[in-house]
Amino acid sequence: MSLAGYEFEVQRDDGLATEEMTLNMGPQHPSTHGVLRFVVKADGEIMRTALPDIGYLHRSIEKISEKVGYHGFMPYTDRVDYVSAMQCNQGWAMVCERAAGIEVPRRGEFCRVIACELGRIASHLLSVGTMVMDIGGMTPFTHAIREREKVNNLLEDLCGARLTFNYMRIGGVAWDLPPGYAEQVTAFLDQFGPLIAEYNDLISYNKIYVERLANVAAVSKEEAINYNLVGPNLRGCGFQYDVRRDEPYSIYPELDFDVPVGTGEVGTLGDCFDRYIVRIKELKESCKIVRQCLDMIPAGPVLARVAKKLKPPVGDAHVRVEASRGDMGWYVVSDGSEFPYRTKIRTGSFSAMSIVDKLSRGLMIADLIALIASLDVVAPEVDR
Amino acid sequence: MQSFIDSLIASGIFGGLPAEAVYPAMMFLFASLVVFGFVLPLVTITIWLERRVWSRIQSRVGPNRVGPQGVLQGLADGVKNILKEDVVPDAADRPLFVFAPYLLVWGFLATFVVIPFSSALVIADLNVGILYITAIVALSAVGVLMAGWASNNKWSLLGGIRSAAQVVSYEIPAGLALLPVVLLTGTLSTQGIIQAQGWAPWDWFLFHSPFTFIAAFAFYISALAETNRTPFDIPEAESELVAGFATEYSGFRFALFFLAEWGSLYVTGAIMAVVFLGGWQIPTGWTNNTVVLNIAQLGVFFLKAYFWVFLAMWIRATLPRIRVDQMMSLCWKYLVPLGFVNLVGTAVWMVIWPEGNAFVPYLMVVGTLALTVIFFRRVLYHLRRAKPELYFNPAI
Repeated sequence: MSLAGYEFEVQRDDGLATEEMTLNMGPQHPSTHGVLRFVVKADGEIMRTALPDIGYLHRSIEKISEKVGYHGFMPYTDRVDYVSAMQCNQGWAMVCERAAGIEVPRRGEFCRVIACELGRIASHLLSVGTMVMDIGGMTPFTHAIREREKVNNLLEDLCGARLTFNYMRIGGVAWDLPPGYAEQVTAFLDQFGPLIAEYNDLISYNKIYVERLANVAAVSKEEAINYNLVGPNLRGCGFQYDVRRDEPYSIYPELDFDVPVGTGEVGTLGDCFDRYIVRIKELKESCKIVRQCLDMIPAGPVLARVAKKLKPPVGDAHVRVEASRGDMGWYVVSDGSEFPYRTKIRTGSFSAMSIVDKLSRGLMIADLIALIASLDVVAPEVDR
Repeated sequence: MQSFIDSLIASGIFGGLPAEAVYPAMMFLFASLVVFGFVLPLVTITIWLERRVWSRIQSRVGPNRVGPQGVLQGLADGVKNILKEDVVPDAADRPLFVFAPYLLVWGFLATFVVIPFSSALVIADLNVGILYITAIVALSAVGVLMAGWASNNKWSLLGGIRSAAQVVSYEIPAGLALLPVVLLTGTLSTQGIIQAQGWAPWDWFLFHSPFTFIAAFAFYISALAETNRTPFDIPEAESELVAGFATEYSGFRFALFFLAEWGSLYVTGAIMAVVFLGGWQIPTGWTNNTVVLNIAQLGVFFLKAYFWVFLAMWIRATLPRIRVDQMMSLCWKYLVPLGFVNLVGTAVWMVIWPEGNAFVPYLMVVGTLALTVIFFRRVLYHLRRAKPELYFNPAI
C-alpha cells in the first residue's frame, strides 16, 4: 500500500538528525482481532498516523452467492461475521424473503429473535472480554468466555453448532426450540444477570481501566455520522439509533427494550469507555428481550413452505438488521433465476475502519490497541 | 563461608593445593550449588504456583499433568525450551543478542548473595546489603535494553526503551521507600535490619509507624514496576508490543528471560520480608537445636516472602496494564514525593518517640486485621450474589 501523502517531518531544535519510525502492526499482531494490518507512523510512543490495510481475509463471499443460489448461501453468511453469525443468517433470510415475498410463521420469528439476541450476548461478551485483555487484564476475559461458553451451549442445543450456526432458513428457522429450552435459557439468564454487575465491579469501573479508556479517541456525533459509524460505536457517541427500534423488523416492535447510549460518564462523550459501556448495557437489554420472547412465543410452525429452487421475481431487495457490530445492510438483485444476480453486504466493522486513521493521530501506541478494541472490529466482517 | 573453607583446607582434603586456587574453586562450586540446587527449583515452583493461582482466579484448572498436581510443569517447560532451536536473527547484533539474557539473569541471581534465609543461612552479610540490592537489580535494565536493541526489531526496541525508562525511574522511589527503615536501624546490612525487628507483627517495621506502612507499599509498587509485573508489564506488553524485548528470542535464551522474571519476583518478596516483615524472626527459647531453629526460620521466611509473591500473582490476574505516560507520572508525581514524605515523617517520628510509639503498632495491627476481615466479607457477599461456578477443591 502506498504511504504517499503521509510523510511527516520531525522537527528538532538542536539540529540533530531524527526520523520517525514506521511500524508494521499486523497481520500477525496479537491484538488486531484477526488478520488486520496497520501501518503505524510513530515518533517514539506517539503515533502520527495509523493506516488500516485490509483485505487479508477476503473470501469473495458476495461473489459466492452468485454461484450457490439462495438456499445454498445460508452457511456462507455464517462466515461474514463468525462472532455473531445469527444476525447474518437473519439478514440473508430476510432479504430473500423480501425479494420473493415470503411470509415467515410467527413462531419462526420468535425463534429467530431468541437466537439473535443470544448471539448478541455471546458476541458482546467476546468483545468486552478481548477489550479488557487488550488493555492487559487477563481474568475478565476468561470470566466472559466462561459465560459465552454457556451461551454457546444453548445455541448448540438449538442448532447443533457453536460458532457457524446455519440455523435460519428462507421462510423461518431450520428447527423448532428443543423441549425444555425455555427453562434452560431462563436458568442461564437468572445466573447471568447478576454477573453483569459483577463484571462492572471487577473491571468496568476499575481505576486503571477507566484511566486507560477515558478521553481516549473521542468521536463526536457529527463525526460518527460522517464516518458512518453504526451500532454500539454510534450509540457510544450519544446518538440514540438502533435499527431494531427505528426501522423495526421481525417482532421487535412488540418487544419492550431500551437503546443504551454513551453518556461520557468518566470522560468525554464518545470516548473508548463509552463504546465499551454501551456493550455492557446492551447485554442487559438482550437478556430482557430473550425473557420477553420466551414468555410471548406462540405455538405453530417455524418454517414456511418455500420452493426448493427459489426463484424470486426480477427486481431487488434491501434489508437492514441490527447485528452485534451495528447496522448490517443486505442487498440482493434477482434476475429471476435461481441464483442471485448480485449480492452486497454492508457491515459495521468496515466503516469503523475508516475512522481509525483520523482518531489515531496523536494517540500513543497503547491507545491504538484500546481504540481498535473499542471499535469492536472483527476482521472477517471487514473483508468478507 | 570463609571459615568453612579454611577448616576444609586445614583438614587437608585438597592436598597441597594453594589456598588462592581453593578459594575461587570452592566459591564457584558453592555458587553453582545455589543456582542449581536452590534458585532453579525456586523459580520452577514459583512459575507453577503462579499458573495454578491464575487458573483458580480465572476459573480454570491449570497445569496438573506433569508430576503430582503439575509441580514439575516448569521443569517440562524448561526442557522443552532447551531442546528448541536457538534462533539468532540475521539482522541481529549477535554478541549483544547472545549476551543480553545472561545479564538479566545475573541481575537477579546476584541479589541472592545478601538475602538471609535464616539467622545462619546467608551467603554474605554485606554491611551495604540494601544498597547492593538496589544497585544490582538495575543490571536487568541493561540486559533488557541490550536485548531490545540487539534484536533489531522495532517492537523489541520499543520494549527495551520502555523498560530502561521504567527501571531507571522506579529505582528512585524503591530506594526512597527503603530509607525510612535504614534510618530506624542505622544499618544497611540485611541481617542487622532483621535483628532490629521481632517475631510479632507489632515488632515489624511494617507496623512501626504510618510512614513505614506507606513506605512498604510504595516499595512494593516500585518493585513490581522494576520487575516488569502487571500492572507495569509495559516492556513486554503482549497486546501492544507482541512480546516486547523478548520478541525475537527463542529456546534457552527465552527461558532465561522467564527465569529472571519469576526469580526477581521472589527476590521482591524476600526483600519485603527482610525489610518490613521481620525476615526470619521467630519466637525463641523453645529449642536449643540450631538446625531445627534454622529450618523453622527458613519456613517462616518463605511464608512471608511467598505472601508477597502471591499478592503479585493476584494483582497480575486482576489488574489491567497502565499506559507508559501514566507509569511515568505515577512514579514522578506520586511515588517520589511520597518517598520524601515518608523519609521526613520517619525522621520526625524518631525525634518524638526515639524508642518507637508504644501504642501505634498495636493499633495498626488491629486496623490491618479489621481491613482484611472487611475485605473477605465483601468477597463473600460477591460470591453469594453472583453465584459463579467455583472449584473449591485445590487438587484437581
